[in-house]
Amino acid sequence: MKPSAFTYHAPKTLDEALDLMATLDNARVLAGGQSLMPMMNYRVVQPEHLIDLGRIPELAFLDDTPEGLKVGAMTTQRAIERSALVRRRCPLLTDALFHVGHQQTRNRGTIGGSICHLDPSAELPVTACALDAVMMVASKAGRRKIPFAEFPAGYLASSLEPDEILVQIDFGPWPNRAGSAFEEYAVRPADFAIVSIAAVIAMDGGDIISEARIAAGGIAAVPVRLTTVETMLKGRRADADLFERAAAMAAALPAEGDDNNRPEYRQELAGHLTQRALTKAVRRARARTFT
Amino acid sequence: MSTHEISITVNGKEYKRTVDSRLHLADFLRQELGLTGTHIGCEHGVCGACTVLVDGASARSCLMLAVQADERRVETIESVASPDGTLHPIQAALSQHHGLQCGYCTPGVVMTLVELQRECGSEPITEEEIRRALSGNLCRCTGYQGMVDAALAVLPKAHTKV
Repeated sequence: MKPSAFTYHAPKTLDEALDLMATLDNARVLAGGQSLMPMMNYRVVQPEHLIDLGRIPELAFLDDTPEGLKVGAMTTQRAIERSALVRRRCPLLTDALFHVGHQQTRNRGTIGGSICHLDPSAELPVTACALDAVMMVASKAGRRKIPFAEFPAGYLASSLEPDEILVQIDFGPWPNRAGSAFEEYAVRPADFAIVSIAAVIAMDGGDIISEARIAAGGIAAVPVRLTTVETMLKGRRADADLFERAAAMAAALPAEGDDNNRPEYRQELAGHLTQRALTKAVRRARARTFT
Repeated sequence: MSTHEISITVNGKEYKRTVDSRLHLADFLRQELGLTGTHIGCEHGVCGACTVLVDGASARSCLMLAVQADERRVETIESVASPDGTLHPIQAALSQHHGLQCGYCTPGVVMTLVELQRECGSEPITEEEIRRALSGNLCRCTGYQGMVDAALAVLPKAHTKV
């Protein structure tokens, strides 16, 4: 229950951190430590070098730009949760963070750490999936953008190269007249979710759905978009019958399971949660008179 | 393995120590400083027994390295009561409302509630919000009702939202 020995590095700038990433073998990046530290305490992960990004101020920010909200990878979940800017410009993030961990873990846990860790039950990767967020990653060679759809490489694995660091997440502009909801089921509130659903629904001037984005966590090793449901919803009148039809489609999608929560159970949850999320997101879209 | 010279302010007093990189903050507080009020339960960030405040924000001290607390301000349970032994209102309320039994989780619970009290200031807080704040502290004895009652008795104009 104590980590194995490692060498600790605390770079003060991103450039210093990238230098370390380029030269050290078996190095891990430490963000908020709320997932990596338990794995190190269990010795599931035994890095030789730990590169702490916690002393690099340039990696923690919330930027409101014409292209949408940009969030520094080391911004704490707590800072995002409490941000009025985020609630206005990207409310799905606020919705999702309501379910993330506990105050003690959100105080230290970061958005970048959670997205790179890619726990299938984590809320922030599902949110990034629903919003088609773009990951800005850096290495000594320069910067590149990775759309979230290409970011996960598998269970608990991202497509970052060993010398790369996630520095920023771009959430894009919030659609006009759009409402969102994040619904999940966990055995205890704030515990790991069994299934989670993130939804963003945009309405035209009337009551017709003009755009639907729905992502699910917990039915596969990585977050997935419910594209068939999204396509079905587009152009249709938002009413209870439609939400029920969407729920039936979500519940019919293939799901992976384990001994605790079998695939059929996760499918059923996906259906109910989709219905709930759509109902709430549409109600919020109707109430939203500004962009 | 690396060692580091660190300077940490704990409960208002500055300490300079040389620590191994892998020493976590909870062990540092208990073993290096003898502040054994911070309890270690699960040592993987689930139980909340080791909760302390770092620069005023609650944190699980088993998930933080001592070296990460370099140049930071840490508050532990030892700082909560007055030096003359008078209990903090939160501690007194926990005692009065049977908010503890075995007491193992209590230091973490108190630190969580101290943070909650500071954050809400004079804003009214609901029972739901108190329960949400306490969700990060596992207690196997009380069933939480006593803790919630204690918080409701101390925090400003708490009322229940339906």
